[in-house]
Amino acid sequence: MSYCRQEGKDRIIFVTKEDHESPSNAELVADDPNDPYDEQGLILPNGDINWNCPCLGGMASGPCGSQFKEAFSCFHYSKEEVKGSDCIDHFRNMQECMQKYPDLYPQEEEKETKTQTEVVPDQDSSPPSSVSDSDVLSHSSSPTDSQRAS
Amino acid sequence: MLKCRAVWRKLAPLARSASTQCRHNVKTALNNGRRQAFVPATHMSTGPAGGGGSENTLYVVLVGAACLGGGAYAYMTVRGDSKRYEERISELASRSAKEAPESQPPVAPEPEEAAPTSEESAPVAELSGETESASEPVAEVPPEAVEEAPPVVEEAPPEPQAEVLEALPAVVESAAEEPVTEAPPAAEPETVQEAPTEPAVTSLPESAPAPEPVSAPLTLPSHAPYLLIGGGTASFAAARSIRARDPGAKVLIVTDEPNLPYMRPPLSKELWFSDDPSVTETLRFKQWNGKERSIYFQPSSFYVKPEELTSAENGGVAVLTGKKVIQMDVRGNKVKLDDDTEISYDKCLIGTGGVPRNLQVIEKAGDEVMNRTTLFRKIEDFKSLDNVSRNVKSITIIGGGFLGSELACALGRRSSETGLEVIQMFPEKGNMGKVLPEYLSNWTTEKVKKEGVRIVPEALVKSVAFKEDKLEILLKDGRQVKTDHIVAAVGLEPNVDLAKSAGLEVDSDFGGYRVNAELQARSNIWVAGDAACFYDIRLGRRRVEHHDHAVVSGRLAGENMTGANKPYWHQSMFWSDLGPDVGYEAIGIVDSSLPTVGVFAKATSKDTPKAATEQSGTGIRSESETEATAVTPVASSTPAPVMEHKDEYGKGVIFYLRDKVVVGIILWNVFNRMPIARKIIKDGEEHADLNEVAKLFNIHED
Repeated sequence: MSYCRQEGKDRIIFVTKEDHESPSNAELVADDPNDPYDEQGLILPNGDINWNCPCLGGMASGPCGSQFKEAFSCFHYSKEEVKGSDCIDHFRNMQECMQKYPDLYPQEEEKETKTQTEVVPDQDSSPPSSVSDSDVLSHSSSPTDSQRAS
Repeated sequence: MLKCRAVWRKLAPLARSASTQCRHNVKTALNNGRRQAFVPATHMSTGPAGGGGSENTLYVVLVGAACLGGGAYAYMTVRGDSKRYEERISELASRSAKEAPESQPPVAPEPEEAAPTSEESAPVAELSGETESASEPVAEVPPEAVEEAPPVVEEAPPEPQAEVLEALPAVVESAAEEPVTEAPPAAEPETVQEAPTEPAVTSLPESAPAPEPVSAPLTLPSHAPYLLIGGGTASFAAARSIRARDPGAKVLIVTDEPNLPYMRPPLSKELWFSDDPSVTETLRFKQWNGKERSIYFQPSSFYVKPEELTSAENGGVAVLTGKKVIQMDVRGNKVKLDDDTEISYDKCLIGTGGVPRNLQVIEKAGDEVMNRTTLFRKIEDFKSLDNVSRNVKSITIIGGGFLGSELACALGRRSSETGLEVIQMFPEKGNMGKVLPEYLSNWTTEKVKKEGVRIVPEALVKSVAFKEDKLEILLKDGRQVKTDHIVAAVGLEPNVDLAKSAGLEVDSDFGGYRVNAELQARSNIWVAGDAACFYDIRLGRRRVEHHDHAVVSGRLAGENMTGANKPYWHQSMFWSDLGPDVGYEAIGIVDSSLPTVGVFAKATSKDTPKAATEQSGTGIRSESETEATAVTPVASSTPAPVMEHKDEYGKGVIFYLRDKVVVGIILWNVFNRMPIARKIIKDGEEHADLNEVAKLFNIHED
């Protein structure tokens, strides 16, 4: 059973697991997916890519940012059966650019970004969720991305 | 032109009086004409053939002359102005070209230093073509224009070979486009050629066959579309945001530190726990999961050199280190640096952060005390404190907040190896006394003591003196502490140096520049990070000194600088670790003077910061927020035993209330649930039963 204690203005409640088993009746306000103030995920409500998404880390803003944007945009809007198969040139440009900055884009990442093109990611607002991407992103992103991409 | 003016001046009064006279005449003439009303109108009364005769003629002549004079004057003024402008521009161009040759000698390697400068415009300008057989294959050529044949070649009178020769193809001013060559001393007049000079290829790694004129690209930019003052977390986050949203953006960061942008939290935490003895040089640290990283946000290859920023094809971020912005001209959209150069901008961010506060008693105590006091904020402070901690026997930390407590724990850990005495003193009753409710503050203090720190609570420093090779700290209640070194962690003074020259408002309650909800101070000026006192739509006006806030506000400022116009809405969080067993994440207004409701469960060994990061496979806890959706949790290899804590506050969630609305939440040893906390604060609702709200956090689970 939960146990309550008051110390001045501070209230302390101790709860067991059983106490918290029943679902909460606290009411949360429904989120408006189109709220312009809210942090956006990778894909904006209008379908565009949010280049400022923390999940992308520094990919869109670094020295190879424009190549990355081209490649990823092409991939995103690609209507081919094998998604992104028409974007090979862009990805090659991006890879060439990245090879010039090995300490920014460690070489093993190229293989992973490549594998990403072969995988069809979700079109909704979750970030590219393949495990390899988290490696890609955590290298350049981490300390400035303390918010979860929602 | 001046003559014209003088003439005009002389004429003017005459013309005026003449014209008034004439107008008068005309009026009378007209009136007369009117009286004669319906006389055939073909006659014009002012015409030479008309009425008025000679007076009118004079009038016409004078007015005509006046008009002509005025027109001529205007024309001459415009012409003269444009001529002056042209002259000025060409003078500037020639001046910059003159500078280029000056900078060539230091830039280009000079195996044989022919002469000090190339400024000398010798009456004899000798140009010697370089032949393969030339014995002294030195023709220093600026990288920009190597193969161009200088248009002007003059025959040189025979000159002694020994004479140190300076060659200028021509006086630079007259032809700014010529390359500058230094003639090899052994050159002979006969070898003067008009052929393009062969550069001494071996001596000039930089020579590029560019046909462009010398345009001196080696100067720092005088204009930056995006100028970020301050090279900390907020500026870096803004730079990233700007680059993401404005393709090809050129961003210039100006910082008075010698370092590229870096993150601050590891300076008081992870860097101290590193096993690497060279950590003060590498500034790399191992995260809990073994992954190593540098405190620098990006290595130097990420950035563009400031000199190359303006010409960078895809733009970039450039960092100008070691320069301080001392003045800001808001009307003229430009800033002045401490070396008197000016940089103009289109959009500007002020991310100047702050300077650690000091205790007055220490400042007044004299040099011996000041030299043994550290105000901790920057990389150099970390290096110096690390050094000190290895060489003294006792360190006292004054201050019981985040920084003080973290440093105390870090040094306390070290004390177990070196026998260093670590003392922490503060006015409150317990660590984090201004943040945590009293019961939790007390519990935390016990934890800090376990890290090897001697705590001196309720301590108000009365005086500090240097006696017998020790610092003597005298407290107001009579207690005395003797120590070798002091670390003062008593707060941050936001840096508002530019407020006066820029005419920006400073907040009197919280300090810092006053900005609106969109972080804007003036039309083209934004402020982010520690220095920004901003309006938080949900929580009211505040100023936040945390890392994540710098990231969030820097990002937002960058977005708004590129046209987003979004207010501060995504609430930033903060965290602290006090040793491996106590860690918490928090969001919103977390002030111990507010009434709180804490909901706790018993903790298991799984509920520590270490376990949390191991499980999510990430390093710094702030990362796990981002990665939460991306990474599958790694199941812990051994089942964790339920650890009995003597005290009851193993893990839980604490709500801070203001007028019955939750304005702040602490997640105590409970991780990866920040989004729920953020949601509750965002809603801003009154909840009747906070225990029900606490259920949302699933505190009993991992």
